[in-house]
Amino acid sequence: MKNFAKAALVIGTSCAATMLTTDAIADTVLTVATVNNGQMIQMQKLTPEFEKANPGIKIKWVTLPETQLRQNLTQDIANKSGLYDIMTIGMYNTPIWAKRGWLSPINTSGKYDVKDLIPSIRQGLSYKDKLYGAPFYGESSMVMYRKDLVEKAGMKITDRDKWTHIEKVAKAINDPKKGIYGICLRGKAGWGANTALVTTIVNAFGGRWFDMKWHPQIDSPEWKKAVTFYVNMLRKYGPPGATSDNFNQDLALFEQGKCGIWVDATIAASFVSNPKESKVADKVAFAQAPYEVTKKGSNWLWSWALAIPVTSKHQADAQKFVRWATSKGYIKLVAKHYGWASVPTGTRESTYANPNFQKAAIFAKAEFTAIKSANPEDSTLKPVPYKGIQFVSIPEFQSIGTITGQMISTALAGKMSVDQALENAQKIAERQMRAAGYY
Amino acid sequence: MTLTQQKKLKTVLIGSLAWIIALVLFFPIFWMFLTSFKTEAQAIAFPPELFFKPTLENFAIVQERSDYLYHAMNSVVISFGATIIALIIAIPAAYSMAFFPGKRTKDILLWMLSTKMLPSVGVLVPIYLLGRDYGLLDTRTGLIIIFTLMNLPIIVWMLFSYFKDLPKEILEAARMDGATPWTEVTKVVMPLSVGGIISTGLLSIILCWNEAFWSINLTATNAAPLTAMIASYSSPEGLFWAKLSAASTLACAPIIIFGWFCQKQLVQGLTFGAVK
Repeated sequence: MKNFAKAALVIGTSCAATMLTTDAIADTVLTVATVNNGQMIQMQKLTPEFEKANPGIKIKWVTLPETQLRQNLTQDIANKSGLYDIMTIGMYNTPIWAKRGWLSPINTSGKYDVKDLIPSIRQGLSYKDKLYGAPFYGESSMVMYRKDLVEKAGMKITDRDKWTHIEKVAKAINDPKKGIYGICLRGKAGWGANTALVTTIVNAFGGRWFDMKWHPQIDSPEWKKAVTFYVNMLRKYGPPGATSDNFNQDLALFEQGKCGIWVDATIAASFVSNPKESKVADKVAFAQAPYEVTKKGSNWLWSWALAIPVTSKHQADAQKFVRWATSKGYIKLVAKHYGWASVPTGTRESTYANPNFQKAAIFAKAEFTAIKSANPEDSTLKPVPYKGIQFVSIPEFQSIGTITGQMISTALAGKMSVDQALENAQKIAERQMRAAGYY
Repeated sequence: MTLTQQKKLKTVLIGSLAWIIALVLFFPIFWMFLTSFKTEAQAIAFPPELFFKPTLENFAIVQERSDYLYHAMNSVVISFGATIIALIIAIPAAYSMAFFPGKRTKDILLWMLSTKMLPSVGVLVPIYLLGRDYGLLDTRTGLIIIFTLMNLPIIVWMLFSYFKDLPKEILEAARMDGATPWTEVTKVVMPLSVGGIISTGLLSIILCWNEAFWSINLTATNAAPLTAMIASYSSPEGLFWAKLSAASTLACAPIIIFGWFCQKQLVQGLTFGAVK
C-alpha cells in the first residue's frame, strides 16, 4: 500500500509539473471560424507568415458551410461559450451584434489606415461610428454577360441598363434547344439567396420592405410589379429548375456556356473570367446592375468581416491577427504568393488604385464602381427606417426574408400566384413585427 | 413451363432485382468516388463525363488544408468509445429485461425507442448549455456521452431481441450450478450471443461515424471528427464539388473498408434468430 501511495505521488507530481511546464511555454491558440471561400483558404495558407511574425500565437481554423457558421456563431456568442476568438461574420450581423454588446470594437489606430477602407463597406460594418468588423472581402452585384451572344442577337448591353432592357436581351439570346438560356438568376429560397436579388429588383422598381412606421410593404404594387417581372422573366428565359439555383449553380451554368446573362455577386467575375475553370472566359463582359424607376438600391453590398467576440480570452492577440489579415500589407502578401488577380477585393481603395491589380483583374473597374455606388443608408426611393440594401438590419429580417424567399420560390415554381405569395409573406411579416413590438 | 424452370426464373428475377437495388444504393458512392478524381470544371460538366483524365489534385488539396489523420483519430476514438460505453450499459439492461421482465418492460422498451423519434434539433439548446456548463463543448468526452445516449435505445432494443431468443433452460442450468448474475451474463449470455453483440456494436460504430448534426454543432477544432471535416468543404461562393467529393471519399473509406471486413459478422448478427 505504501509503495502504491509513493508511486501515485510521483506520478501525480510529474503530471502536475508537466502541466505547469506546458502552461508556462504554451502558445496562445486563436480559434478562427470562417467560411470556405477562396480568399479565406488563402488566408489559412498564409497564416504561418503571421505566426512567424508573432511568435507565441498559433491559429486554428474552423471552416463551416455559411448557414451552419451563422448558427454556430450565434449559439456561441449568445450563450457566451467562448469557443471562438475570431469570427467571420457578414454585414447583416455586425451592427446587430455590436448593438447587443457581443463584439469588441476593432482597433483601427496607427498603421491600419482605416480611411483607406471603402466608405460604404466601413459604414456597413460600424455601429455608432466604431468599426466592429474588419472587412476581409467585399462585394456588390453586377451584370455578367456573353458579349458574343449579345452581339450575334444584334442587341447591346450598356454600362447601366434598365431591367426591362435586360429582359429584351435575354429574350433575344434565349435558345433552349441549343442549351443556352437568356438569363440566370438566383431562385433558391433564402434571405441570402433569392431574397437578396429580389430585394434589389424591388428597390429598383421603387419598393421597400417597411414604411417609416415599420409596417411591412410586401403586398404593395411596387413589390407585385417587381416580383411578377422577376418570375415571368426567369420562367420564360431562365434555365429549368431555377428554384434550386443559387450562386454556385448559376456559376456552373454560366461557366459551361449555358447562360447569356447572369446578375449576381461581383466576386463571380473573377471565376467566370478565369480560363482554367470557365469555358467562356474570353467571351464575358461586365456591366452595372440594372435599374428601373430608380438606381437606388439596385445593386447590393456585402462584406465578410473578421470580428472579435467579447467572450474571447485573447483579445489583444485576436486584434493583432484581425489587423494583419485585413491590412494593406496582407493584400500585398497575397499578391506576392498568388498574383494580383487573386487578392481579396472590395475592402480597400488602395487595391483598386494599384496598377498591377488593374492590369490583372479585367473586372476591377466594374466591381469598384458597383461597390462604391451601393449605399446601404439610402437604398430605396421612398423613405425607410432601416439600413441595408438587400437586407434590413433588424434581427427579425432573417426569418421574414427567408419566408418571403420561400413564397417567391413557390410562385416561381408555378405552385402559387405572385399575388398570393406576396400576400402570405405580408401576413407573416406583419405578425412577426407585431410580436416583436414594432407597433 | 416446368417447376424447375419456374424456380430458375424466380431465382434470376429475384437476383436481378437485388442487383438493381444494390446498384441504385451504391451509385451515389460510386459517383462521389469518380468526382473526387475530376477537376472542378469536369465535376460540373453537363452531360457528365464518364471518361476523363483522372487527377489526384483534390486529395492533395484536402491533405494540405485539413489534418485528415487528426479528424480520423477523433472519429475512431468517439465511435469506438461511445459504442463500448453503450454496450457496457446496454448488456445488463437488455439481460434484465429479457430474462426478468416486469409488468412495464415492454413500455420501457417502447419509451426508450420513442426518444429516437424526437428531432435532434429540438434538444440542441439544452444539450449545448449543459455542454457549456460542464466544459464539454469541443471535447471528445462530450461527443462520446452524446453518441452513447443517442445509440443506447437501439442497442438495448437489438440486444434485448438477441437475448430473448436464448433458451431460458441454459440459464436455469447455470443457476443450478451456482452461477451468479455476473457469471450468467459473462460466461453464458455473452458467449451465446456474441454474433448479435458484435453486429450491434458494428452498427453503433457506423451510426457514430456517420453522425453529423451533433458533431458540427458541438465541436470547433479539438474534437471535430471526419463529418465536420467534410462540412468544411462546402462553399457559398465558388465551385467545390470535386474537393468535397475527395474529402467525402477519404472520410467514408475507413468505415467502408471496416464494414467490408466485418460484413460476415454484420449479416450473421442481423439475421440472428430470423429463421427458426
